[in-house]
Amino acid sequence: MSILIDEATSVLVQGITGYQGQFHAKQMLAYGTQILAGVTPGKGGQRVEGIPVFDTVRAAMEAYPIDVSVLFTPAAFTMDAAIEALEAGVKTLVIITEHVPLHDAMELMAYAKRVGATIVGPNTFGLVSPGKCKIGIAPNAIFSPGEVGVVARSGTLSYEIVGSLTNNGIGQSTVVGIGGDRVIGQSFVDVLRRFEKDPATSAVVLVGEIGGSDEEDAALYIREMTKPVVAYIAGKSAPPGKRMGHAGAIIEKGKGTYSNKTAALREAGVKVVTLPFEVATTVKAELSMLHLDPFYGLTWSMKQVDSIE
Amino acid sequence: MKLFEYMGKRLLADFGISIPQGTVCSSPYEAVQAFLRLKGPAVIKAQVLSGKRGKHGGVRMVDNEQDAFAAAQDLLQAKVQGYPVEKVLVEEKLAIDQEVYVSITVNRQSKCPVLIASAQGGMDIEAVPMDQIVRQNLDVALGLPVFLARDITRRLGVDPSSKPGKALAELVQSVYRLFMAVDAELVEINPAAICQDSVYAADAKITIDDASMYRNTYLPVVDEKTEAERKANQLGLAYVDLDGDIGVMANGAGITMATLDTITYLGKRPANFLDAGGGAGQSVTSQGLELVLAKKPQAVLVNIFGGITRCDDVARAITKVKKEQNSSIPIVVRLTGVNQDSGRAILAEAGVEVFDEMQLAAQRAVELAN
Repeated sequence: MSILIDEATSVLVQGITGYQGQFHAKQMLAYGTQILAGVTPGKGGQRVEGIPVFDTVRAAMEAYPIDVSVLFTPAAFTMDAAIEALEAGVKTLVIITEHVPLHDAMELMAYAKRVGATIVGPNTFGLVSPGKCKIGIAPNAIFSPGEVGVVARSGTLSYEIVGSLTNNGIGQSTVVGIGGDRVIGQSFVDVLRRFEKDPATSAVVLVGEIGGSDEEDAALYIREMTKPVVAYIAGKSAPPGKRMGHAGAIIEKGKGTYSNKTAALREAGVKVVTLPFEVATTVKAELSMLHLDPFYGLTWSMKQVDSIE
Repeated sequence: MKLFEYMGKRLLADFGISIPQGTVCSSPYEAVQAFLRLKGPAVIKAQVLSGKRGKHGGVRMVDNEQDAFAAAQDLLQAKVQGYPVEKVLVEEKLAIDQEVYVSITVNRQSKCPVLIASAQGGMDIEAVPMDQIVRQNLDVALGLPVFLARDITRRLGVDPSSKPGKALAELVQSVYRLFMAVDAELVEINPAAICQDSVYAADAKITIDDASMYRNTYLPVVDEKTEAERKANQLGLAYVDLDGDIGVMANGAGITMATLDTITYLGKRPANFLDAGGGAGQSVTSQGLELVLAKKPQAVLVNIFGGITRCDDVARAITKVKKEQNSSIPIVVRLTGVNQDSGRAILAEAGVEVFDEMQLAAQRAVELAN
């Protein structure tokens, strides 16, 4: 198993005829993702990589069943495109677009809550359940299937860490980018809850950064978790008041600092590492501890026995 | 984008909020004229983008022409918390009965606007005890209806049926309308001054969401970036000036931060933050590198983990800049991703050191900077 997406997930690409939309639709197809349709207003009837393009999401939904829509739309039109998808009944959105206005994000999250939909992003690299499905812009080659869940705010830093997990023989159940903006759909806690429930995930890597209080909130939830968590937080050396690339990565009035976040996580029993490349070795140690535990995996294997019978 | 107090007050006035009578001045002569027009005691306030101006000598009370001239002259030559003062605001001195704090900002956790208010106005809100702060999350579908404004007024200890209570409730609603209309990250009035039957915004702190500027073109533009930051911005790169010894360029905000952290961990300090973004082409990469070199750091570390960035493009950009600038500043490159082998070959030929792991490249850059 995995979280949010798997081999059965059917995908719509909004903004499929743009440069990024076309390029990444091709990459996702190459990964094995089931992209059934695309939408670009005014481009209905065209095909991109053989995928039919529709003018509206409703038109696409009349032709195909869609589980997830991924958005490569320009920032100024992203709220409209996202609401269009939610209104048409899509239950999960992945918003890749960067620089979505903050007020648009607030309005969008309020609407998503009303219709009971899940939003990943904006400003995310997407998510990947290795070997099954990739939605977003992450490079195809770095992932490998396995038992470690990864949740992160930043794209390239996640690639760095996932790449080193893979090189160290540690596979991933699902890798989720929650996005670098201030207002985002899925928080660390939302994703951690899913990993805690997912039988295929046995440990979690959290890649955070300075700014906001999402990591501190995560620390509170991790106290209740049964699965081990390893964390790396970027931005230790960042000065206050300066936005470090991501809209959300800013220390405001002494809040969202590195020391606050790492202290809260350590107190919750998280193994916090100082440098990115230490993640893989620490996860390896945690996993070997788990597998020494005689009761580890017991409930899981009993379930498998049940299903065989 | 932060707005100066006088710009913020104009916006507040546009939305029906009372502001003290006053004039923005850039010379002591203008300040005296403005003082005379007020026909009474005045406050002269330095227009800088930092808070706590009162504590740092940026606010003066004056009651005659000579003092007005001297205060304006003094402030216009001063720096307040490192910011040079280019303008002062000369305003009537209010006869204040009570000061309250009112702000609306974005609640990241709840993903909605939040109103924060306190009857303890005029002081730093961070220093006010939690039990004296009114916090109210706002639903964007509902807005801030009149009943809620009345109840917020009540919770602030002001009778909502009294004349100042009605004025305060109206101010709260106006703040929300302004917050929504200009895509604000923050609208803060500290203090809102209750003067008999009216409520005045005695200060204004407004921050606009940078991502919304394309649709708020009527707003004034305030640019607090350094020269290098402005250049990088035009190139579409995220750049922040820092004051260390090693220049840094990487692709992606998180990995750039991690690169700075690694350098700091190894005992050196980064000279800048430069996120060249995923998929940056050859010209953007070379212009970014030129920016980094312009600060004359002791060494430069380029950290590219290519997802969509092509390594051969990056390599060509680096060798081009190295050749053109003929600079003696050592450049160390970490390069992995699409077309990495040809990229590394190009760099090796030009005599640039290349590594495939970030910590090794960082170590080498730190060695070269020593």
